[in-house]
Amino acid sequence: MRVEITVNGQPHSAEVESRLLLAHFLRDVLSLTGTHVGCDTSSCGACTVLLDGVAVKSCTVLAAQADGCAVTTIEGLAGPDGLSPVQEGFRQCHGLQCGYCTPGMVMAATALLSERPDPSEQEIRDGLKGNMCRCTGYQMIVESVQWAAANGGAR
Amino acid sequence: MIPAGFSYVRAGSVQEALDELARHGGAARLLAGGHSLLPAMKLRRAEPGVLVDIGRLGELSYVRVDGDRIAVGALTSHRTLERDPLVAEHVPLLAAAACRIGDPQVRNRGTIGGSLAHADPAADLAAAVLALDGVLVARGPSGVREIPAREFFTGPRRSALAADEMLTEIRLPAAGGLPYAFEKFSRRALDWAVVGVAVQSRPGGGAAVALIGMGPTPLRATAVEEALAAGTPAAEAAGLASRGCEPPDNVVASSAYRAHLAEVLVGRALTAL
Amino acid sequence: MIGSAVPRKEDAALLTGRGTFVDDIHRPGLLHMVYVHSDEAHARITHIDAEAARALPGVLGVWTAKDFAELPARPSVPGLERGYLAGDKVHYVGEPVAVVVAADRYLAADAARAVKVGYEPLPVMATVADALAPDAVPIFAPLESNLALEQQVTPHDVAAELEAAPRRLRARLVNQRCAGAPMEPYGVLADWTGAGPTVWATVQAPHRVRAEIAERFGLARHLVRVVAPDVGGAFGVKSSFMPELFLAPELSRRLGRPVKFVETRGEHMVHTYHGRDQIQDLEVGFDDEGTILALDVTITVNTGGVPDPVGIGLATLTSYMLSGCYRIPKIAARFRSVVTNTTPTASYRGAGRPEASFLIERAVDLVAHELGKDPADVRRANLIQPGEMPYQTPFEGIVYDEADYPAALELLLSELDYAGLREEQERRRADPGARLLGVGLSTFVEMGGFGPTPLFEQFGYIGGWESANVRLQPDGSAIILVGTAPHGQGHQTALAQIAADELGVPFDAISVLYGDTAVVQEGIGTMGSRGMPVAGNAVRQAAVDVAAKARRIAAHMLEAAPDDLVRVDGAFQVKGVSEATVSLAAVAERSFKPHLLPEDTGLGLECTAYYEPKNLSYPSGAHGCVVEIDRDTGRVHILRYVCVDDCGTVINPLNARGQIHGGVAQGIAQALYEKVSFDADGRPLTASFEDYMVPGVLDLPRYETHHIETKSSFNPLGAKGLGEAGATAAPQAVVNAVVDALAHLGVRDVEMPCTPERVWKAMRHAS
Repeated sequence: MRVEITVNGQPHSAEVESRLLLAHFLRDVLSLTGTHVGCDTSSCGACTVLLDGVAVKSCTVLAAQADGCAVTTIEGLAGPDGLSPVQEGFRQCHGLQCGYCTPGMVMAATALLSERPDPSEQEIRDGLKGNMCRCTGYQMIVESVQWAAANGGAR
Repeated sequence: MIPAGFSYVRAGSVQEALDELARHGGAARLLAGGHSLLPAMKLRRAEPGVLVDIGRLGELSYVRVDGDRIAVGALTSHRTLERDPLVAEHVPLLAAAACRIGDPQVRNRGTIGGSLAHADPAADLAAAVLALDGVLVARGPSGVREIPAREFFTGPRRSALAADEMLTEIRLPAAGGLPYAFEKFSRRALDWAVVGVAVQSRPGGGAAVALIGMGPTPLRATAVEEALAAGTPAAEAAGLASRGCEPPDNVVASSAYRAHLAEVLVGRALTAL
Repeated sequence: MIGSAVPRKEDAALLTGRGTFVDDIHRPGLLHMVYVHSDEAHARITHIDAEAARALPGVLGVWTAKDFAELPARPSVPGLERGYLAGDKVHYVGEPVAVVVAADRYLAADAARAVKVGYEPLPVMATVADALAPDAVPIFAPLESNLALEQQVTPHDVAAELEAAPRRLRARLVNQRCAGAPMEPYGVLADWTGAGPTVWATVQAPHRVRAEIAERFGLARHLVRVVAPDVGGAFGVKSSFMPELFLAPELSRRLGRPVKFVETRGEHMVHTYHGRDQIQDLEVGFDDEGTILALDVTITVNTGGVPDPVGIGLATLTSYMLSGCYRIPKIAARFRSVVTNTTPTASYRGAGRPEASFLIERAVDLVAHELGKDPADVRRANLIQPGEMPYQTPFEGIVYDEADYPAALELLLSELDYAGLREEQERRRADPGARLLGVGLSTFVEMGGFGPTPLFEQFGYIGGWESANVRLQPDGSAIILVGTAPHGQGHQTALAQIAADELGVPFDAISVLYGDTAVVQEGIGTMGSRGMPVAGNAVRQAAVDVAAKARRIAAHMLEAAPDDLVRVDGAFQVKGVSEATVSLAAVAERSFKPHLLPEDTGLGLECTAYYEPKNLSYPSGAHGCVVEIDRDTGRVHILRYVCVDDCGTVINPLNARGQIHGGVAQGIAQALYEKVSFDADGRPLTASFEDYMVPGVLDLPRYETHHIETKSSFNPLGAKGLGEAGATAAPQAVVNAVVDALAHLGVRDVEMPCTPERVWKAMRHAS
């Protein structure tokens, strides 16, 4: 089937199998490999992207379901003037180690801050509940999001 | 990780969806938010030949007041239930359960109809709908029928819904201003309930108590409800929570521990009213 | 720069989705390989029917064990050679039985499901007890029983010492099986072009992988290129020699196209090797003051269905560390490694040492419990004192470097407000409505800085050293090639900090590269907390040598003696003569002008150093955990987790904090959440992230971190390593806290993971 999906502002049209997962559409069809796959049970959140502005796990969305929609991936976050505040927060606060969960974590945090520009620590933890990290123990991720909230938010 | 192949049809209306279901017999499944079905398909626990995508039927995403009932469209997302002012005003128990489901990404996609139709014995919304004495509206080739929540769940991931029917609406008696409580015990914050309880006070006194994780289906703790109706103190009534239940015994929890949890959680829920 | 909390060089790419993990790499004509895994734990293979699979569109082939009979065995325990795919029988669920290659990952998945394997079931022995039962049949063919290895670690016993001790106690502790579960599962991409393969793989030791691949294929090593690109976490489990490391290149060779294999998570949970899984039987002799007089330990390791050459002997490291932070006059240790119908076990963060630390720290608490003494006091009575360092433990060659164990404990106690917590604990015990409070201590020491070579050779590595090449570019910037292969530890950053100090080159003007055998000189890899204590010293040494040569050239340029030069903002200056200055860039450029160099000076500013550590290093510290326990549900909630760590010199405090946090998180995970489980038929019960309890952001506490910096005299940097310290320290801090909370009920032990149900049962059983 043919899908038309706008990714990071760029319209794309492709003939795909109906079973193709959005995560694989991004990675294998568009070569946007920043979106990672870390599990097969919708648990880990490494594949989180924004679908029409809303955080979703792209391993649990068919490309067909995203037909006609706009997707933002980690590759679409940094602007011409550099990293987004969330990305910069992760850098400043050492919110990443191996970096594999990071794109999903950054996207989830971006979605969180777009709804709650000034979240409490508890709200940050609630907002990142669907994203696993095996390296950091999460505290420095929480601090990264706090840094971002204080320095520009979801932009 | 990779679902088996299927053909994909996007339904433009409820009728189109029903026609597709009828056309493919048992081979077709409805795809709403996909957060119950797609995970099962990725693990090849489900291999439908046809997926009928109803995700864009905007007409099924709503919350409205319908006389003394609240009508919730089957495609209303968990996220909407969490935030909708009508839900908060009239059936706040539903919001209390919705905000405990999975994680934000899952709640953004998952729908009330999808969750109920999937009929998981540990589904949070099932407990709330049961305790609210909800009625599920099913549409099929022969028209529309109402199925009381208490008759809807027939086994683990089995429901009274026929293969050619779809859930269109959930009708909930308005319970605004009446005390309610939702208690969920899970291993990790992200997980399904080991045991969960939804309690909704009744206008005339007494309360409805629904349990998840305590048997092959979400169920009502009738012994507790009867004891409460008879004026038994809450703490004592809670001790009856597991009566008549056959909780699963597996790697998640033993049946004895689930039975104990049910008593503890019902006790806490009743105390919180 | 050493000691400076600079943000990492690694982050810019990783934060923008431009990292390069194995599955991100594409090659023209790429094919996908998937396994058919056994779904039986113990069975004879009667037939494999792959015709339907071969007939599917896009399928290039299906291969079974006999198709790889010519390939020499994988790195194995000598005499217990293991192949690539199960041959005539399967030993555990998840063992690869066949391999399928197809044009894309979707078609490959379909084809794998179409392969039909016939099994004739054999008796399943999913536990050590079953596997050692008198009527147990041997699981792994060359072995006549399931006892794969029995080792007396110490030549003596301690029967007389135990007999003479005023008091003794016995205990059986269980250190359960855990999965490394890095967020990126195992992956390999092999492209055999020309005379040999290039293999991109999620590994921790690319040079070793290159050597093993070259050996299997009879190739000279220069023909094999192994690249560990960005690796998404490893935690030891990416150091095992999985069959795909060899099958992907072999199939690439046969098919003439690149072949990629990437595990699914469900596959990872049964296929990639697990860690821990020890049963520890101990007897400790002590006096009325709690002074430990003797320790006797028997460890039983579950090696899984196919013995791994590292896994089979890991309890050696457990044995070596049984002394903990304590003066224990005599220790006897032995272990046995037992084959069962489960996934094999090998390294997981700490690899044998967390098991030791858990054992001795639980033993100390048991002694305190027995005597009715405060666990802090029993620790005080036994801790090795700073004046005794370096300290020779009862194990030959195990000599602790400088540290102040009592100071770490006292700092921890004061940070915890230990006395206040004890009062609060009493108050809560008296109030039936209050949650129970428990405090757990863990004064720990572990091994870091692996080597030296004689030790690391035993694990199959060519050496225990590490290598670094430092070379200045003509503009004075520097490129460093290092033999490690990090996977999140931040070596680009920390090693640049070390080099910046020695070279006088700005941090931003240094790039650190690793992980590519075609580029990097012979190296060892990243494991055993060896990054800073071994590789850090190699970088330091190479930088020192380059700086010395730069000084000689600068002296020539300034017509001064090298010793008369001082470093000012990276430039060389004749002492006291500010106009006689030459920048490092000018020196670097000059190093490429043969006619302008001093006599007998070779071209360029470049040096390769191999640093061989004299000994292991011994990161240590004191961790404390405060828990409260819900009396009704048994749920353990961590109120505080306080760390005092001594990893010697801290290179980058930000990285150090991250390593501690992450290690502690995994330790807490082991204590409260994680366990790889099988049913009686050997079927995995935890083969997904829904069932295996990797904790999430709401399940873990804040961590309070403190450092005591006692430099190690064992290496010039004074670093000890810290990648594994948190995972070593945390499990027993948490378990000791849980047991402490329940001690007044008569509870003596709660097995890990201390799930709500287990704690509830312990409370119910006690009362």
